[in-house]
Amino acid sequence: MEAVRLENVKFAYREGEGSYAVNGVTLSVEEGEFVAVLGRNGSGKSTLAKMINALLIPTEGRAIVFGLDTADEKNTFEIRKSAGMVFQNPDNQTVASIVEDDVAFGPENIGLPREEIGRRIGFALDAVGMSAFRSATPSRLSGGQKQRIAIAGVLAVLPKIMILDESTAMLDPKGRREVMDVVKKLNKERGMTVIFITHFMDEALEADRAVVMHRGETVMDGTPREIFSRSDELEMYGLALPRAAYISKKLAEGGMPVGGAFRAEDLAEEICASLQKA
Amino acid sequence: MLNDVIFGQYYPVRSFVHNMDPRAKILFVIAYIVAIFLADNFYALAAVTLFLIVAVLASRVPFGRVLRSVKMILFLIIFTAILNLFFYAGNELHVIWQWKFITLSWEAVINTVFLAFRLFLLVMGTSVLTLTTAPVPLTDGIESLLTPLKWIKFPVHELALIMSIALRFIPTLMDETNRIVAAQKARGANFETGGLIKRAKAVVPVLIPLLVSAFRRAEDLGDAMDARCYSGAKGRTKYKKLVFTWRDLVGALLLAALIAGVVLLNVYLGGKFAILDAFL
Repeated sequence: MEAVRLENVKFAYREGEGSYAVNGVTLSVEEGEFVAVLGRNGSGKSTLAKMINALLIPTEGRAIVFGLDTADEKNTFEIRKSAGMVFQNPDNQTVASIVEDDVAFGPENIGLPREEIGRRIGFALDAVGMSAFRSATPSRLSGGQKQRIAIAGVLAVLPKIMILDESTAMLDPKGRREVMDVVKKLNKERGMTVIFITHFMDEALEADRAVVMHRGETVMDGTPREIFSRSDELEMYGLALPRAAYISKKLAEGGMPVGGAFRAEDLAEEICASLQKA
Repeated sequence: MLNDVIFGQYYPVRSFVHNMDPRAKILFVIAYIVAIFLADNFYALAAVTLFLIVAVLASRVPFGRVLRSVKMILFLIIFTAILNLFFYAGNELHVIWQWKFITLSWEAVINTVFLAFRLFLLVMGTSVLTLTTAPVPLTDGIESLLTPLKWIKFPVHELALIMSIALRFIPTLMDETNRIVAAQKARGANFETGGLIKRAKAVVPVLIPLLVSAFRRAEDLGDAMDARCYSGAKGRTKYKKLVFTWRDLVGALLLAALIAGVVLLNVYLGGKFAILDAFL
């Protein structure tokens, strides 16, 4: 089933100026897909994300989430229930001083009974591996832990789509790994549709599909491997290859028989193999 | 310093008083204040003091901690005491000392002692509430007690949400302040020397970035709350529920006894100046 359909959506922060943050994007995301949205700062990827859960309504075009048009105010609540969103700064999306109270915020908003909220908190904290921190204070946790709490807060509403808007940008490598592992697990084990906005190319490798945005338009769309094999094009859009892919490309140019590894592990194997041959 | 700010003066131990319902504790503090102001002689104040001692013992908070709360308003107490001592018009027959329009009478002395005593009891009693109740249950309690005001369209839920979000952001904004101070110091700002005005001026380059960032955070938080289906108090449920227990009943009975005792002592042992008649 189609989870998200964007039909030629445009969005301008100031109307009538003709400069669109998102300028005519058509995109369809299937249920259960893991899509990475790439792009440099100001390419319109955050604006695009906010249009999927009705935080922003397209100036032109239509955004449809599970058959519901975001432009219709009557749908807003249902859309936000099915499309959860995790933001960049973990400090700015926690509402309560205790972890379980924060996770309870979403379920409270949709009016669930107390016992059910308790169950959802248990489920959500378990899914992100933070059960031991149920009565902890978020301000004492690490960035990665805080962001996992934010994911749990979204998860407790049981959405079908999870949008992560640069949710790893402020984290250290360990925190980024933690968040990515949780997201991948949700996608693989629960069939959660994931829209992962990032400017870390390495993270895009974990996705089924990568979409590159540039100046408010989608300019590339394909599997991460396809996207990264078009490195010249990527560079034009202000993006760099994943580190390992870049090294591999340079090695190949320098005459070493390695081909198209994108991950550090794969590259290491290829180098070893070629050295053994030589 | 940070911890002090986060938890107010909450003293985290488990005790009879800690386990009371926050709503009950707020009501008890109000009743306690009423008792203090009802008390009209030293015997009645002694009864209130006895109650306070029992409450502090039951809270397992060290007396030193409770006394520390008085330190903050010690200046206020001394100031009002001095004013009272010299400007309270007592009985002309009981004047101890006089200079121009300033007189010192026995009534003034008694009145001053009485007033200072009351203020001490007031501050120590209310600090038992904040020492034994964490900020979040405290706001929950206030929200619950204000619920009747919804009848006159008072935004009780919004007020409680604002309070709890404010509490939640205190540590975040403290961190931010420290960062900005460090950044401004790195650029040569001086916060440590100079007179009062110079120091006050030095705060401006900290406050402005802090304010700007607070607004940005507020906008982010608004988005995050919208994304998590927040749509006001309507149709919202609450996960944590406050429940009255036998402890609250015990507290209520003790307070009722206190107020009854204070009233009886007032009636049978006369006003605070009665001792003067005995001695002078």
